[in-house]
Order: sequence, then structure tokens, then C-alpha cells
Amino acid sequence: MSKIDIQNLDLFYGPFQALINVNLAIEEKMITALIGPSGCGKSTLLRCLNRMNDLIDGVKITGKVLIDGENIYENGTDLVMLRKKVGMVFQRPNPFPLSIFDNIAYGPRTHGNMNQAELEDIVEKSLRHVELWDILKDKLDYSALNLSLEQQQRLCIARLVAVTPDVMLMDEPCSALDPVATSKIEELMAELKKHYTILIVTHNMQQAARVSDRTGFMLLGKLMEYGETRQVFTTPKEIKTEEYITGRYG
Amino acid sequence: MKFSSQTKQKIAFMLLGIASTIVIVPVIVIFTILIQKGLPAINWQFLTAMPRMGMRAGGIFPAIMGTLYLVSGTIVVALPLGVLAAIYLVEYARRNFLTRMIEVAIVNLAGVPSVVYGLFGMGLFVIYLKMGVSIVAGALTLAIMILPVIITSAKEALQSVPRSFREASLALGVSKWQTIRYVVLPNALPGILTGTILGISRAAGETAPILFTVAAFYLPRLPKSIFDQCMALPYHLYVLSTQVPNVSPKIQYGTALVLVGMVFLLNLVAVIVRSHIRSRKQW
Repeated sequence: MSKIDIQNLDLFYGPFQALINVNLAIEEKMITALIGPSGCGKSTLLRCLNRMNDLIDGVKITGKVLIDGENIYENGTDLVMLRKKVGMVFQRPNPFPLSIFDNIAYGPRTHGNMNQAELEDIVEKSLRHVELWDILKDKLDYSALNLSLEQQQRLCIARLVAVTPDVMLMDEPCSALDPVATSKIEELMAELKKHYTILIVTHNMQQAARVSDRTGFMLLGKLMEYGETRQVFTTPKEIKTEEYITGRYG
Repeated sequence: MKFSSQTKQKIAFMLLGIASTIVIVPVIVIFTILIQKGLPAINWQFLTAMPRMGMRAGGIFPAIMGTLYLVSGTIVVALPLGVLAAIYLVEYARRNFLTRMIEVAIVNLAGVPSVVYGLFGMGLFVIYLKMGVSIVAGALTLAIMILPVIITSAKEALQSVPRSFREASLALGVSKWQTIRYVVLPNALPGILTGTILGISRAAGETAPILFTVAAFYLPRLPKSIFDQCMALPYHLYVLSTQVPNVSPKIQYGTALVLVGMVFLLNLVAVIVRSHIRSRKQW
């Protein structure tokens, strides 16, 4: 069974249909990339998986999204549980204006009663996970906003790791970063893949080709093609996919 | 007559300069006169003693304390009510007819003359709810008067908290209420405080709303409970200047100086809090 199974998903922003009958199966502990020109609906699709689109007025969604076999659009789905399980990393690093420690402890603190020792343990583990511990272990009281953008993005991933999700959704996580920082985050993603199912939205095709196992190509709200990354980039089945990845439009 | 564009510019700048300078003139004049004529009256006894001889001698202690009681009561009522209303409007309410009506009501409430609040307070709290002329009735009336100020400033403060903070928190599986409680409110607090202090400084200075609801003409003792009347600085000043013959101008100006000083101090606190937080804010 696939980790995530999207079935006949339609999404409307008022009268505008942003996703048209999307069907997609995402495998566990793999990186799946969604590519396509801006406005094709790839971020919208990503935000369907932790129901962040619920925050926007006038959104209507039909179809099913099964995660571990359960439809998250079923009435009575616990959004808190869902979002703990399906975490998200945003386009711009968005640490809270708190200390590094408090940023990572925020999730565990609000989710349960943890004592200080347990929290310290979680913070250390999470920071090690994103390879920030050695750099930051003496600066845990510093404001997270003083970190470089790359470190902020790593911190945001660590903040997510601290609530122990299954799935990580990454919405153009490198678009605010320079090439060096980008390649470091990509290395990190390859590492994270061992523990998490990762979905990444990117308009950087090289990035998709470098990091992902599966690639989906979207255009105007439709999933045009989906398959092994190597296959999609070398022998695309759809002419539109080929035109996009060879830079005919985008 | 024709001017060169250079001359026109000079004239325009001069007019703009004069217009903005005129704004500070009344402030300077008021403060100069008050300090000049009022400062000699102010001493420890004036601030801490009861009035004597039909308010023609002694201090203004009960009026100062009365104003402090009223201001505290006003905060206790208006701050939670205003902040909760603002949270509801910003975070929960959907944009529909009802919320638009609420917003229109808030704007209109802000425009109601203060004497109307006074009469409303007398009608509702003093007479209908049988609270009598009392500190509760006065504080409730003042609270309703400053609610629009508090709600509006709290709304602005909440809206200025970046959307990305909320999304980050919600995406971690933190509930909406916890997100508001732990992320939105702490970051909105400075703005809320500033608005509150400005509202309070208005409540401290108003005469009309307390006229029929709480203010005592002459009560040379401290109130015994919140259902007691009390003196208050603005009303005391009005009484001293128009209702009691042969009050020495020194006492009148001294009272005015204390009132203006208190309001000024509150505003100063608001300014300091705001600039302190602004310098710390990093987004």
C-alpha cells in the first residue's frame, strides 16, 4: 500500500478550479518531487495533504486523500493529529521570534507535559538530525532570527523533527537560499529520506532531478505525468513534460 | 501675478511648516500656564490630604484615588472584553454580514459623544440595573466608552502578526487556540498594551461619562466599597472652577496640573513601551 494515495482530487478557489482530478500514489521513505510552471497547482496540492488549505476562505475540495489508508477529508478528522503526522517546511524559513531552544521545544511543549530534561533531550536530538547541534549547542539561548537563512531553514526542519512526523511536505524549501546553502539542504534531505516520506514542491528542475526518486509534472491544475524521476527526465511520455523540462516554457 | 516654481515651492514649504508648528503652540501654552500657576500649589499635603473648608483648602487626595479606582475598574472590564472581541473578529469570525455589522458598530461607538455615554450609563447601570451612583457604574460606563479604542488597536496588533507564524504553528499540529495563545498573542501584546493605555488615559480625563454615574460633588473620605460614590479629578476640576465660589486659582490650576500630569504620564508609558518593543522586533 502506498503511504499517501490521492484519489480524484478536485479543488476550487471560489469559481476557479485549481486542481483537476488529481490521482497520485506516494511511496513511503522516498522523495517525491512535484514540478511545473508557477500557478500549476503544485503548492496547492501539497497543502491539501496537511489540510492547510482549510485556512483559506472559499476553498472547496472533493475527492479522497488516504494517508496510511485513512481518508483525511473524512468528517471528524483530527487536524491536530493529522498535522503532527504530516509536517510542513515553508518557502521562506519562518522561525518564531524566540530562542533556538524555544523554537524547537515549541511543538513538544504544546503537545504534552514534558519536563525540562526531556525537552533538552528532544532539542539536542532534533538539532543533531539537521546537523546544527555542533554549531549551535552553546547558542541555544540566542534568537533564532539571528541565524543565516540556511540555518533558519534547518532549524525549521528540526522544529518539525521534534514533533516526530511521518511525512514532510516541503514547499520550495530552497527558494530563499543561495546555491551553496541549497546543496547543503539537499544533502540533508537525502539523509532525512531514511526516516521520512518527503514530498517536495520545486520549480528548480535540476533540484528535482538531483534529489527525488519520483517526479510528478503538473500543468494548469492537472497531473500530466508521474513516474520514476530518471524516466520522467530522460524519456517523458507526454510532449508537454518534455517541452517543460527542456525549457520550452516555464 | 506669476511666481517662479522656485518661489511657489518656498511658499508651499513655508505654509506646511507654519501649519505643523501651529499644532505644538497650544500644547506649549497649556503646559506653560498650568506649570506656572499650578506648580506652587503642589506639595505633599496637596496630594495626600482631604479637601477642607468646602474644597477651598486642603488637598485633592480623594479625587486622585477616585480616578485611580475608576481607571483600574475600567481596565479590568474593558481589557479582557476588548481583547477577546478582537481575537474573535480577527481569528475566528468569517467575513459575513454579522462581522461587518460588528465592525460598523465599533466605529460608531467610537464616535458617540461622551455625554451620551454618561446618560446611557446612568440609564442602564445606575437606574435599571440598580447599581446606584457608584464606582462599578462609572467604571462600566468608562469601559464601554474605551472599548472601541481597545478593540481597534488590539485588532491591528493581531493582524500585524505575520501569517507565517500562524502557519508554522498550525503546521506543527498545534491547535488554533494554542497558536493564538502561544504565538499570536505574545507578539501582539505590545500593540494591545499601547492601545489600552491610550484608552485608559482617555478614561482618566473624561468628565461627562462619570458625571451621572459615579462622581461625588464633595466627599472628603475614601470610598468604602465599589458600590460607593467617589470623587474624581476631572469632575473635581469642573466643580472647583465653576460650582464653588472663592476657590483660590492656585488650587484650581494645581488640580488641573495633576490631572494633565497623570494623563501625560500614561501616554508617556505607552510611547516608551511601543518604542522599546519596536527596537526589539525583528521581523
